Amino acid sequence: MDWTDFSTMDLLDRLRTGELTSAAVTAACLDAIDQSNARLCAFLHVDRTAALAQAEAVDARRQRGEPIGLLAGMPVAIKDVLCTQGEPTTCGSRMLERFAPPYDAHVITRLKVADAVLLGRTNCDEFAMGSSGENSAYGATRNPWDLERTPGGSSSGSAAAVAARMAPAALGSDTGGSIRQPAGLCGIVGMKPTYGRVSRYGLVAYASSLDQVGPFATDVYGAALILEAIAGHDARDSTSIDCPVPSYTATVEQPLAGLRVGFAREHFAEGLDAEIAAAVRTALDIYRSLGATVVDVSLPHSPYSIAAYYLVACSEASSNLSRYDGVHYGHRAENAKTLVEMYSRSRGEGFGAEVKRRIMLGTFSLSSGYYDQYYVKALKVRRLIRQDFDRAFESIDVLAGPVTPTPAYKLGEKANDPLSMYLGDIYTISANLAGLPGIVVPCGFTTDRLPIGLQLLAPPFEEERLLRAARMFERATDWRAKPPASM
Amino acid sequence: MYDVIIGLEVHVQLQTQTKIFCGCSTAFNPDQPNVQTCPVCLGLPGALPVLNGKALRLAIKTALALNCEIARFTKWDRKQYFYPDLPKGYQISQYDLPFSANGIVEIAVKPGLVRRVGIIRAHLEEDAGKNLHDETGRGRDSLVDLNRAGTPLVEIVTQPDLRSAAEARQFLQELHLLLTWLEVSDCNMQEGSLRCDANVNLHVSKPDGSRVATPIVEVKNLNSFRFTEQAIEHEVQRQWDQFQRTGKTIKDAPKSTRGFDPDRGITYPLREKEEAADYRYFPDPDLVPVTISDADIDAIRAEMCEVPSHRRGRFQTEYGLSTYDADVLINQGRDVCDYFEAVARGCGDAKQAANWITQDVLRELKERKQTIREFPITANLLTALLQKVHGKQITLKSARDVFGELLVSGTLGSSPNANPARIDEIVAAKGLAIVQDDAALDAILTAVVERNQKAVGDFRAGKQAALGALIGQVMKQAKGVDAQMVRQRLIERISGS
Repeated sequence: MDWTDFSTMDLLDRLRTGELTSAAVTAACLDAIDQSNARLCAFLHVDRTAALAQAEAVDARRQRGEPIGLLAGMPVAIKDVLCTQGEPTTCGSRMLERFAPPYDAHVITRLKVADAVLLGRTNCDEFAMGSSGENSAYGATRNPWDLERTPGGSSSGSAAAVAARMAPAALGSDTGGSIRQPAGLCGIVGMKPTYGRVSRYGLVAYASSLDQVGPFATDVYGAALILEAIAGHDARDSTSIDCPVPSYTATVEQPLAGLRVGFAREHFAEGLDAEIAAAVRTALDIYRSLGATVVDVSLPHSPYSIAAYYLVACSEASSNLSRYDGVHYGHRAENAKTLVEMYSRSRGEGFGAEVKRRIMLGTFSLSSGYYDQYYVKALKVRRLIRQDFDRAFESIDVLAGPVTPTPAYKLGEKANDPLSMYLGDIYTISANLAGLPGIVVPCGFTTDRLPIGLQLLAPPFEEERLLRAARMFERATDWRAKPPASM
Repeated sequence: MYDVIIGLEVHVQLQTQTKIFCGCSTAFNPDQPNVQTCPVCLGLPGALPVLNGKALRLAIKTALALNCEIARFTKWDRKQYFYPDLPKGYQISQYDLPFSANGIVEIAVKPGLVRRVGIIRAHLEEDAGKNLHDETGRGRDSLVDLNRAGTPLVEIVTQPDLRSAAEARQFLQELHLLLTWLEVSDCNMQEGSLRCDANVNLHVSKPDGSRVATPIVEVKNLNSFRFTEQAIEHEVQRQWDQFQRTGKTIKDAPKSTRGFDPDRGITYPLREKEEAADYRYFPDPDLVPVTISDADIDAIRAEMCEVPSHRRGRFQTEYGLSTYDADVLINQGRDVCDYFEAVARGCGDAKQAANWITQDVLRELKERKQTIREFPITANLLTALLQKVHGKQITLKSARDVFGELLVSGTLGSSPNANPARIDEIVAAKGLAIVQDDAALDAILTAVVERNQKAVGDFRAGKQAALGALIGQVMKQAKGVDAQMVRQRLIERISGS
């Protein structure tokens, strides 16, 4: 019995009944990793023995009739920015090449409590900064649909691992689209929860006011399941919101009656690939056919979102990454003569080019004399963007649109053109600036057989609505049933 | 001629059990470095700060005592710089919206002159760790101890209102008294719980009547009252010498920083940064802003005790104490003041109570190395004793006897002394009661006069000294009787008969 034949709901049912053991599913995932990781570069670290031991422990408890957690021994891959006690947590950086945290991130604790099997650490852009995976210090992850192309980023390894069925689910982090964009480019489901819905404790910070941990899965039910396991208040994160977590899996199959789906004029402007535009329009038609009304809305400040995002994110990053100074942990340059030399060489050697670029941008925008002009102004734009959404959500329940302006591009194609790469985040970053939840579901393929994703956004804490709306669409289409042939 | 202009920046460690943004202990523990740490105060990747509400409450209490306005909305900012004792590369502090501002502290700098020292702001922040350098000169590695990292600090910034090194010292002493009194800080200067930077310059009057200012110097990290005073004194002299030599004013040189060498009693230049430090302050996105309601402030105010400056004034107006006595009592802290007030109210003679406490009680406390709470003579007991003096049941001298006796039995741990009946026992045993029975005293007087006709004759002949022997004899027989009264009665009797 091959777990990849099943939907997440069916897989979970079989794990719960013991029809499939966790050990068998985990072993199958480990075999797939063994077989494909050299090509995909999705995982940075896999502890086969430890993963199997966890799986066997869950199986043993189930056999003894003891209660088991929500995930029932399902393997989950972990983006390498989430601290896991005693395991390498490199963040895709040379800086943390030999760093193993002494503590678990909140989401890791929650996964352990839910009896997930922690399958391994997935590759990502260094400190989650990037949109293609090419900024990893450990090699670029490849897109399972076309190995010449990017899987997107920064949660590249998590997206590729799920797309290639090396894992049924994964955790990623999304600061400007780093879950949704690779989900879209890899043809899977990815979700960024509302800011504050999932604790950031133990998520290595890129931009604290934007970062959020979320799930990747092969289907909407899988995203609902993982989110249910990790969401909820954590007193260790001051920005975590104490607001009840509904059982997403209990309601995800229920369609929403009278759903009002909005689309933003601004999302269909110049620069959007024609095939993607067509696929999204088709998706809107499908919603119409399911009884939803489709409404045209405007997000007038969306053209400013990229500028605002890169100011806010880089400013925070420049500060968050100050701690990597070679003193307490992480890379330290050898034979430095002075303190300043130790700092500059440790950081110079430990960080890659994109991280340095963002630290410099952020340092500049926070500098005295520029602060009001850049950082403060970006915060004002941020508020306006949020107001755009608040106004739009007065007349719609969810906002539908493209995830990316283009399908997966070739590795190396934009590596030397950071601005064009930044522009690829145009559809995703507004949700981070506004703190909104977003989900991506597959909605078609280009003529080159590259996946196209549909993004849905909802008001804060309406993850349940988002999952149900996404599931309605998923049920009406069959894109999910097609894993990449290359695997 | 010149005026000395001084403003202070004082860092005070708050007396919380745990650090400001994590649950680690704040205990002073230099012998075991890096044991009071966790991912948060180590600044490990992914760790997040959570505000310790107790630290904010103590900080608000401090600001209220400094007569500051409390902000209803305050936030946390990151002050960014690289230093090995700063594990995150930034310090969580407060920049443009501190939780309090615009306070005032009054100090009586000399009789009739009260200096009102403005408080520009008081803000809350986390302390850094401590760098330990190899001082053997052998160039070994420097070490970092992060036990202290994350200890809550209040930074208090004064207006440049202080006019001499002595005033600066006095201000610090008043602050020390206030903060220990309120139990917001132990202000232990050896352990670095109270540290001070002094900004000093001179306003020089020129012969043409114009005034110029000398460049401002910040003397960093002064960790005792004495060093603060010495450093400022030296700095004043140095600036005056330099001004006379070079004529340089504030327009010619930017603010500079100096350290203080207590062994040589001089300030010395600290290495200047090549350009002005840009701390790139911005709001900490890991923490949420804090709103403080009137009810919050009222609740903190309600649990505050009377501040020392107010109590000092009240001791003078309500009890008629001298400034000196009031100061002595206040400087002993709240417990001694409570003790004093209990005795003063109970015995009905505040002046007497103050004398006894400032002299007898404090002397005994010092000798016995005891606190007033440990002192065997409770306020109740001293009240009973002084009531006897006040009611002329025993003499002042006898009262000192009884006081000594109470201490002896108290020290020996015999029957508990709290019971005022013990005083009566001692008075009876030693026959200290003032003889009230006139007939008995008359009999003694008669007998003494009859037995000592020579002395009586001498006295009548104008030899005043002769009376002394007679008084002595009467007193010997009638213990506890007032000598002054005996003297009076003897004179009456001898002159009258």
